[in-house]
Amino acid sequence: MSTEDDRSGPASPRPSAHGVGDASPMELRVRALDSLLVDKGYVDRAALDALIETYESRIGPRNGARVVARAWTDAAYRGRLLDDATQAIAELGFGGRQGEHMVAVENAPGLHNLVVCTLCSCYPWPVLGLPPGWYKSAPYRSRAVQDPRGVLRDFGLALPADTAVRVWDSTAEIRYLVIPQRPAGTEGWDEARLAGLVTRDSMIGTGLARGPNEVAA
Amino acid sequence: MNGAQDMGGMHGFGPVRPEPNEPAFHAAWERRAFALTLAMGATGAWNLDLTRATRESLPPARYLASSYYEIWLAALEALLVRQGLVEQDELADGGARVPAVPVARVLRADAVDAVLSRGSPTVRPAERPAAFEMGQHVRTRNLNPSGHTRLPRYARGRHGRIVALHGAHVFADAHARGEGDAAAWLYTVEFDARELWGPDTTATTVRIDCWEPHLEATQAADDRGTAPP
Repeated sequence: MSTEDDRSGPASPRPSAHGVGDASPMELRVRALDSLLVDKGYVDRAALDALIETYESRIGPRNGARVVARAWTDAAYRGRLLDDATQAIAELGFGGRQGEHMVAVENAPGLHNLVVCTLCSCYPWPVLGLPPGWYKSAPYRSRAVQDPRGVLRDFGLALPADTAVRVWDSTAEIRYLVIPQRPAGTEGWDEARLAGLVTRDSMIGTGLARGPNEVAA
Repeated sequence: MNGAQDMGGMHGFGPVRPEPNEPAFHAAWERRAFALTLAMGATGAWNLDLTRATRESLPPARYLASSYYEIWLAALEALLVRQGLVEQDELADGGARVPAVPVARVLRADAVDAVLSRGSPTVRPAERPAAFEMGQHVRTRNLNPSGHTRLPRYARGRHGRIVALHGAHVFADAHARGEGDAAAWLYTVEFDARELWGPDTTATTVRIDCWEPHLEATQAADDRGTAPP
């Protein structure tokens, strides 16, 4: 758990000053709401558990990594992904809530894409899972559209000066997935091995895919 | 609304702080607040745009001082009261004092996968041709509604270019006002970053999605409202 100060405001991933284990005021408030809504019959507690399990354990950036690795190894699939990402992603069995209308945007030499939602936290859940705290944070939402290179420096990433930086602000129900560049030195790698190089951040644009030397053989 | 949620271009929040190996949730109550929000959304008692409008209507000082799921929870409570599903005083201790009102559906565990897989597509049949075409130069309208809008402040009254047409989609601004789908053509508009920020930017271009009511043809945009040919 982070011990940093609380400057990140609304995006702060830290739950409260009271920690996780004890019954904080937030914990008590949510328990009261939970029992009220269950008692009134508006929600089914088993459905709540299923929702949590889905997003905590089953849907995450490994889905997106499979999409990217397929695009790297299958030119026809890459074409379909760029043409109709919703459909192409559905081919791999992913889709639905917060990914109803997908667009894939491809990095290339001289072009880097970065995705943000300045107004809230829109994010492609079916391929990346729930957004990380920093994506929802005021620092990221405020700066990504004006100073993306400064944001990338916070992630330790310095792009060449002549690389164009294209920022996508998710202001409607279109959700964006960045296809990072395939790292050099991965010729002949199969799809599963390549997927291991595709990080969550590389599919948001705050990182690059890992190089072949950055993962265990 | 020109609330604290509209953060693009604000300064002073400090650096982005990625958290290594971040868990999906940071406390048990966050899990529960997340699931309650999705499950209540599934009842059909309100729509996602009204949810967003409710979150951003928190007073700015409170919005900025709240954590992400604190904002979600505050909006959920407000929506429940506003739509008449619970009484304010029931929230205090969770004790039901008045009978439940009927809701369109209750999400059951065995339906969760199907409901999530279906999602809520926003594309609708277009009732008229698109007003703008690929490559066309447009200007975003200068709008400052007190209610919900998805046109961020930094991109109002700015010149851009249509780079994608997405068909007609539920128009979030009207949907949040309870005006139904109000489907309108949706476009991606590209702006030169200097058009938005002057010299103070490290972006090359910024692209946002705009519904047709957010846009006007550049030729028709002069202050005297001269009609285009």
